[in-house]
Amino acid sequence: MADPAATLRSERIATLPLAEVGRPGGLIEGTARSLRDIWGRRELLGLLVRRELKARYKNSSLGLVWSLMRPLSQLLIYYFAVGEIIGLARAIPDFAIFVFVGLTAWTLFAEILSNSTSSIIHNQGLVKKVYLPREIFPLASVGGALFNFAVQFLILLVAVLALGRFPLTLEILYAAAAFIMLVTFATALGVLLAGLTVYFRDLEHLIEVILAVLFWASPIVYSYTFVRDAIGGSLLEQIYLANPVTVAVLGFQRGLWIAGSEPGSGIEWPPDLALRMLGVFLFSLVLLWVSQRIFSRLQGNFAQEL
Amino acid sequence: MTTSPAIVDVADVSKRFVLHQDKSLKERIVAFARSREHQQDFWALRDIDLSIETGSTVGLVGHNGSGKSTLLKVIGGIIQPTSGTVRRRGRLAALLELGAGFHPDLTGRENVYLNAAILGLTRAETDRYFDAIVDFSGIESFIDTQVKFYSSGMYVRLAFAVSVHVDPDLLLVDEVLAVGDEPFQRKCLAKIADFQREGRTIVFVSHSSDQVGQLCDRVVVLDHGRMVHDGNAADGIKALRSTFEAAHSSPARTTGADGALTSGARIDDVRVTSTSTDLSGDYLPGGDIVIDIDYTIGSVPSGWIAGIDIETPVGQGVYRINTDGLGIELPTSPGSYSLGITLGGNALGAGSYQVHASLVTPQGRDIDRRQPAASFSVSTEPGAVGVVHFRASADLRTT
Repeated sequence: MADPAATLRSERIATLPLAEVGRPGGLIEGTARSLRDIWGRRELLGLLVRRELKARYKNSSLGLVWSLMRPLSQLLIYYFAVGEIIGLARAIPDFAIFVFVGLTAWTLFAEILSNSTSSIIHNQGLVKKVYLPREIFPLASVGGALFNFAVQFLILLVAVLALGRFPLTLEILYAAAAFIMLVTFATALGVLLAGLTVYFRDLEHLIEVILAVLFWASPIVYSYTFVRDAIGGSLLEQIYLANPVTVAVLGFQRGLWIAGSEPGSGIEWPPDLALRMLGVFLFSLVLLWVSQRIFSRLQGNFAQEL
Repeated sequence: MTTSPAIVDVADVSKRFVLHQDKSLKERIVAFARSREHQQDFWALRDIDLSIETGSTVGLVGHNGSGKSTLLKVIGGIIQPTSGTVRRRGRLAALLELGAGFHPDLTGRENVYLNAAILGLTRAETDRYFDAIVDFSGIESFIDTQVKFYSSGMYVRLAFAVSVHVDPDLLLVDEVLAVGDEPFQRKCLAKIADFQREGRTIVFVSHSSDQVGQLCDRVVVLDHGRMVHDGNAADGIKALRSTFEAAHSSPARTTGADGALTSGARIDDVRVTSTSTDLSGDYLPGGDIVIDIDYTIGSVPSGWIAGIDIETPVGQGVYRINTDGLGIELPTSPGSYSLGITLGGNALGAGSYQVHASLVTPQGRDIDRRQPAASFSVSTEPGAVGVVHFRASADLRTT
């Protein structure tokens, strides 16, 4: 050990504690440790999100605009087909805004879910070769989806402003709460599915199908009033309202779709929506914790399963 | 010298792999119904105990499937052991694959930042090292090109450049040193030597016994998931050889009732002598080295070849010659023979050498092999180092 740098290094390392590699199974300290790990790599998380976004539109001349094309085309389809032709627009004031609010919330949920489900598999090169807290990959998908949401939300705000109905009321808090709740719920599911998909590849396709079905299980292109009229007061209605996405979509609409909250609009809201949102939020928090624990158990064998 | 602190402590680690033939949900359910008999499992690692001191360079060697890469991944935390614990401290960089995480659509610059973050550098640190990284990789003019347009050489050079600038205390390397062209390889090895001097710990997996012999001060040999050797490089390579030989199918050879060979051939004895030795028996430069191989033939294909290899104790090949190269046709009729190979004018440098003898078919399959068959030492005038010997002199003029 002639080299002073070597001696220094050796002395420094001698002062560090030997830490166990991998994750202890403890419920509380395991979570705390995972959170610390992820927080320690937040810079990488940011870079991974940017990588996703950059790589997605790298060679297209329109770039970011494409991420808006899908929701906008959907908006047009539903506006004309469902609103004007089928005639729902007559019963729902400001139908375009209504649909766009719902679509924006839904796109956020669907994108988080489908992208994080396949996130571990898409990053298998990294998972197999480098140790990182693996939650980073589904979280990066969440980040990517949030970015797209932000862009879409901006357009929504512009549209709302253009119609002169800026939601400068306390109701906007509904939308903020619904946003937090939806992201928590979607992230919890995303983390869980990301881990499970490594073992059951079918999930990747199954999720696409389930999402297509779930789209119609929330009041996005039709309003809650229709549901109320059809199954109001029954157990079926309670099941319908137990869907966290439904609650979130209703929260978004309550906050941003002013026409629906105006007296005399004929639009009904489920009673105690705020309470329901709180319930779903708490449930999502627990789910997130459980998902992370399951993910943590599953991730030990990722490298060999991929 | 005080003993160095341990940087990695592997205690009683075993790893079981379960091999699934089925991957989809349907297959899983069906397989589950048929009980677990369709699962195959094997132990990739069994009862590994290993403590690595700071500043050491440890080579993990073994034949394919011996578990060396798995052990490296377990140390790196990429795979969790089935039982046992791994404890570690200090900053780790795992070079299991160069350019893991490179995204083909991003430019070299973007990938440098991404890869550095993956390996644990902060943005500020990457900014600081960026010029050094680009300089080391030697691809300045392409740094803003998407990496999908890179040649494979440029790709690995950039990746390696990032990896060695991460300032790790512990570097795990998995057979990635054999990349790039020769000048770049030399640069890599020089960088590894720097790392050693700076007291960084290196654990690497290699198939090249030359590399292991050159770089490692400790060699761990794995065979079927068990540690069969842990010690200095020269002994490690010997142990590795013996696991290779065990894995080798035993040469086809049968003996009759009287013990006489009826098929195949056998090396009976190998003797090495020199016409010029010093008092202790070390060979001196300039003398002739004579290698005599006594062998017995049962039956052998025509055109078979006998040859010798001379290697350093760490397995670096020095010289190799066979009867084919010497232009000798060997008889195939049964009987005992003695083949003498004379290496005139010993030009080997000081050190000890091992002689391997082999009898092979014209297709290169072993008939019999002795490894090592004999050994000898060479001494030269002090001051010269290397595997070859020259009559060196110097003269100095003023100009």
